[in-house]
Amino acid sequence: MSDNNIVLRVEDIHKSFGNNEVLRGISFGVRRGETKVFIGPSGTGKSTLLRCINQLTIPDRGSVWLDGEEVTNSGARINYFRQKIGMVFQNYYLFDHLTALKNVELALLKVRGMSRSEAREKALTELRQVGLEDWADHYPAELSGGQAQRVSIARALAMDPDVILFDEPTSALDPELTREVLEVMKKLALQGMTMLVVTHEMGFACSVATEILFMENGVVAEQGTPNLLMHDPKFTRMKNFIGQFDSYRGD
Amino acid sequence: MDQIAFIFDILLPALMQGLVITLKLIVWSAPFGLALGIGVAAGRQYGGPVLSRVCKTFVFLIKGTPLLLLLFILYFGLPSIGITFTALTASVIGFILCNGAYNSEYIRGALLSIKDGQMIAAQALGMTRAQAIRNVIMPQALRRAIPGLSNEFIYLIKYSSLAYMITVVELSGVGKNVATKYFIYTETFMVVGIVYLALVTITTVAVNILEKRVAVPGMNRAAAAQL
Amino acid sequence: MDVLPVLIEWLPYLLSGIASTLGLVLAALGLGVLLGLPMALGQVYGARPVRWAIGIYVWFFRGLPILVLLFLFWFGIFPGIGLGDLPAFVVGAVVLGLRGAAYQSQIFRGAIQSISDGQMIAARSLGMSRFIAIYSVILPQAMRIALPGWSNEYPNMLTDSAVCYAIGVAELLTVTSRIVSQTYLTMPIFLASAGIFILLNYGGIKVLHGVERRIAIPGFGSGAV
Repeated sequence: MSDNNIVLRVEDIHKSFGNNEVLRGISFGVRRGETKVFIGPSGTGKSTLLRCINQLTIPDRGSVWLDGEEVTNSGARINYFRQKIGMVFQNYYLFDHLTALKNVELALLKVRGMSRSEAREKALTELRQVGLEDWADHYPAELSGGQAQRVSIARALAMDPDVILFDEPTSALDPELTREVLEVMKKLALQGMTMLVVTHEMGFACSVATEILFMENGVVAEQGTPNLLMHDPKFTRMKNFIGQFDSYRGD
Repeated sequence: MDQIAFIFDILLPALMQGLVITLKLIVWSAPFGLALGIGVAAGRQYGGPVLSRVCKTFVFLIKGTPLLLLLFILYFGLPSIGITFTALTASVIGFILCNGAYNSEYIRGALLSIKDGQMIAAQALGMTRAQAIRNVIMPQALRRAIPGLSNEFIYLIKYSSLAYMITVVELSGVGKNVATKYFIYTETFMVVGIVYLALVTITTVAVNILEKRVAVPGMNRAAAAQL
Repeated sequence: MDVLPVLIEWLPYLLSGIASTLGLVLAALGLGVLLGLPMALGQVYGARPVRWAIGIYVWFFRGLPILVLLFLFWFGIFPGIGLGDLPAFVVGAVVLGLRGAAYQSQIFRGAIQSISDGQMIAARSLGMSRFIAIYSVILPQAMRIALPGWSNEYPNMLTDSAVCYAIGVAELLTVTSRIVSQTYLTMPIFLASAGIFILLNYGGIKVLHGVERRIAIPGFGSGAV
């Protein structure tokens, strides 16, 4: 709207499930190239927030703006917006009946209307980006969790989105497989991709995030750059939360 | 107005007579069909190589032959080699064979789903195989087979109508006769259909009650599947 | 035995009966998919009135005996709407198809519902419309899952086709009984006919198993997540 560099703006999002108000007024803006990481206790609506952004969940109140255009209340245009907002899920949700290559190609063919050869080339490029071009003809059942997740990242990337949402991308993975996925995500961030990441991976957050947002009780309780968080005594709740994690992992 | 009169004064009374025959067919066929199903399933699962083969072949032959052809064979065919049945008897025999063959498949599936430990434990207590089957395995298998068996029973209700094709004037037969006599076809057959639907629905409700009554806590696979 | 020369003499007629039977079965299976699949989609994705209407259709066509359905359409409904001149074969195929659709729609419905939500979520998140998502992601998987259950429809259709005898379709059972009445070789002909039905059954099932194997995908169908 006013700041031309703001790719995504989220304004006053509210969402309740039954009597449980999960999101109580979330607002923030994301500039091109930034990586915002959301952390916080489970059940605080972080995943719900991501799904409200691409309208997989419809918020009760509030609006979402992508490059100045309103995503909420956009009717059938939502399909257009979803092309520009990529999403990577905790359980990858790869299309089980298609090879890795075809998984990445499908939306290019059906949604963006590319020719077969164009789609194939683009898909291979993205698979190369995530290091999996040799596995192009394998089915999801034949891939490890880390490989599957990387394919799903390639699938989202192929749409050339303005922003990618990552919903706990490594929570379903073993520690060794987690690393390969985080590597890919780091690479993307360094290449300038605009990213929103919900995660418990504090190491990743501190090294890659432009800003860390701590959510609690349905609102953003504290936020700041990684540097600020570490050194400013003000951010007590977030530190306590992180502290619990550190003692878990012996970081 | 004419139609309502037709339905209530002529059609329904006639159909009730046909319904009696249909119920007769079902009542005679179902218990023996169930018994046959149990016997064939047990024979196939626990019998020696010969018995097992025989049971398997029986099921294969019956499942592969249209019931109507089977009825024709029993009623029109057998007399030519000296065996004559009344139409009613031939129908019941045909239904018992068909019902029994399909039942045995459902029971066999249920038997396969019973853990080996049950048989081992029973034998360790000194039971013979036959006793184990009768007192331990079958009671469990039959409970698990209820959905399939009731499905087959509903099919029995419906294919009892084929008895008409070998001259037994049961429910559908009466319907056809009344329809052709009075030239009122669609309404007549719709009413006949509704009677069958009623039979099927009552059966479905009764089976649900039965299932709940004989259920053993923890043995209900459907509940576990929903977890 | 006397049977063989008789069979050879009547072979053309017998073959026409077999052709009719197979024709009935294939037409009915085809109609069953054509109607059953949209009905399944309607029951999974449709609005309440749609689901309700389909439910009634299924209840009706599954609850009536085939014989009654055949009589109903042959004597009642088709003449009633001016189609009284339809050949018996067509009526038989249509009735079997309508009934098959009722059964098959439930098989398809179960298959579609067994596909995890994540597939639809992922498809939509990529910007696919509901239609494209169902067509490119859900159905290809659902059809594979449904195939074994759907294959069971073949033997059922085959045995049900014989009931079309009741409205005079010249399928295998009708042909058989006519041959019997002409030659008086009752048991041998009946048994031969049973043998043919069993062969048609067995052959068809083999073909379907072959298809199942050809379109199988690794990790699929055997309870894959």
